[in-house]
Amino acid sequence: PQTGVKLLFGSVKEHHVTLPNQSEPWDMKQLLVWIRGNMLKERPELFVQGDTVRPGILVLINDADWELMGELEYELQDKDNVVFISTLHGG
Amino acid sequence: MCQVDEEYNGQLEHRGAPRVSKKCVKCKENTAVLIIRAGDAFCRGCFKDYFIHKFRAMLGKNRVIFPGEKVLLAVSGGPASISMLSQVQEGLSRDAPKKLRFVPGIIYIDDGGASGQSMEERKRAVAQLESVFRATNYHYHIVHLEQVSSLPSSVLEAGSSATEKPETGLSYKAAVDHFIQTRKNQNQHSDLSVENGQSHLSSLSMQEVQNEVTSPITPEHTQALQRLFASVRTLTAKEDLLHTLRQHLILHTARTQGYTKVMMGDSCSRLAIKLLSNISLGRGASLAMDTGFSDPRYGDVVIVRPMRDYSSKEIAYYNRMFDIPSVFIPGLDTKAQDKASIQRLTESFVTKLQTDFPSTVSTIYRTSEKLHTACPPQNTNTQLSAKCLLCVCALDTKLGDCIFHLNCNTLIT
Repeated sequence: PQTGVKLLFGSVKEHHVTLPNQSEPWDMKQLLVWIRGNMLKERPELFVQGDTVRPGILVLINDADWELMGELEYELQDKDNVVFISTLHGG
Repeated sequence: MCQVDEEYNGQLEHRGAPRVSKKCVKCKENTAVLIIRAGDAFCRGCFKDYFIHKFRAMLGKNRVIFPGEKVLLAVSGGPASISMLSQVQEGLSRDAPKKLRFVPGIIYIDDGGASGQSMEERKRAVAQLESVFRATNYHYHIVHLEQVSSLPSSVLEAGSSATEKPETGLSYKAAVDHFIQTRKNQNQHSDLSVENGQSHLSSLSMQEVQNEVTSPITPEHTQALQRLFASVRTLTAKEDLLHTLRQHLILHTARTQGYTKVMMGDSCSRLAIKLLSNISLGRGASLAMDTGFSDPRYGDVVIVRPMRDYSSKEIAYYNRMFDIPSVFIPGLDTKAQDKASIQRLTESFVTKLQTDFPSTVSTIYRTSEKLHTACPPQNTNTQLSAKCLLCVCALDTKLGDCIFHLNCNTLIT
């Protein structure tokens, strides 16, 4: 579904990313940092706040609520599908 | 040397936070995929059942829609109203158990003229929505905000109830019988414009075209609209004005096209925010009507809010999982700062609080359910001079000759 979030990413809805190698597994917290540094085109505060996503943004990992997967601590696996959906009026 | 890019072999699985693998609270068998409220975890199948059931239960609990009645669905393209549309389709479908029985129509208000969108952007949005609407096979009406300039003044009046509100104490079944009887009597009159008993309400003729798209608007119309919005100084007031104008257009369409009910897609989350914002806007006296399930202020057309029990999260998840296509249309406050308007600030406040305290929204919602007006609901027995011109609610201030509500007043200062 189309959401306001894509506006912050150059209006591109789907992004296939390959994260750089590192010795430790990537977790969601690191992913957000990486996204902020590498993908966000504008207004980062509308997407991330502090360590986590802005309140009102729903995060799905492989179609499941990330609250059930450990949120920021979830460790990413190959081919994981992460979806950000804005439930906010102004975003 | 072990290779650690994206692949994880079994040895690494014990590292890091354990994944919380909950079972669905309903069927207790499948793995849960979504948590709502303060800890109810559902699997996909049970969530779908729960979502669909809630819509029917809401309409069943508040029995105000009569079989065969024409109901106008106000769809903005956003997730909640699109979700509402899909639930109406579910409920009306032939194989639904105890299926709903009413005649739906759709209305979309194109307000791109007020939010600074170009004609091309607006046409694109309308085209996207039209393809969604066509797939439903329901009548739809595309109305441009510019058309407010040609609304008759009757839109500022409450009409008498088409069904002459039955006495309280009449059962739903009796009310349905009454409705059907009244309709039969009305149809005996050859002049359909007397449908609401007030012929002047339909004085603006609108062509009866299948799936009408109203006549194209001129740049002058758009400029006039832009001037109107530019003259309103704050975003708070602009948002309020936009809401008022949209309501008028929806009401007018409902009246001229014979709809006696309008369904709005306000979600639980949205209504919680609206409740608090409205208090800040000086609209405390009309909270029950502004956020309740049914809004009888217009008399002949009743507004209902069947999505008021759904949180934004549930709606977003359902749309995603079951491929309900919503269309994102930038509005007045898209990408606006948190403090740009009272409404945005309230949204930010409630949303943040909800993150840490997941029962915030439902608490506000439950409180709003307990709000009732102390006096009987607004009806046309109240003298017309005692109602606000813009929002058609009873006046709560004495402003002498100036008969606007306190916050409606801010629009014109």
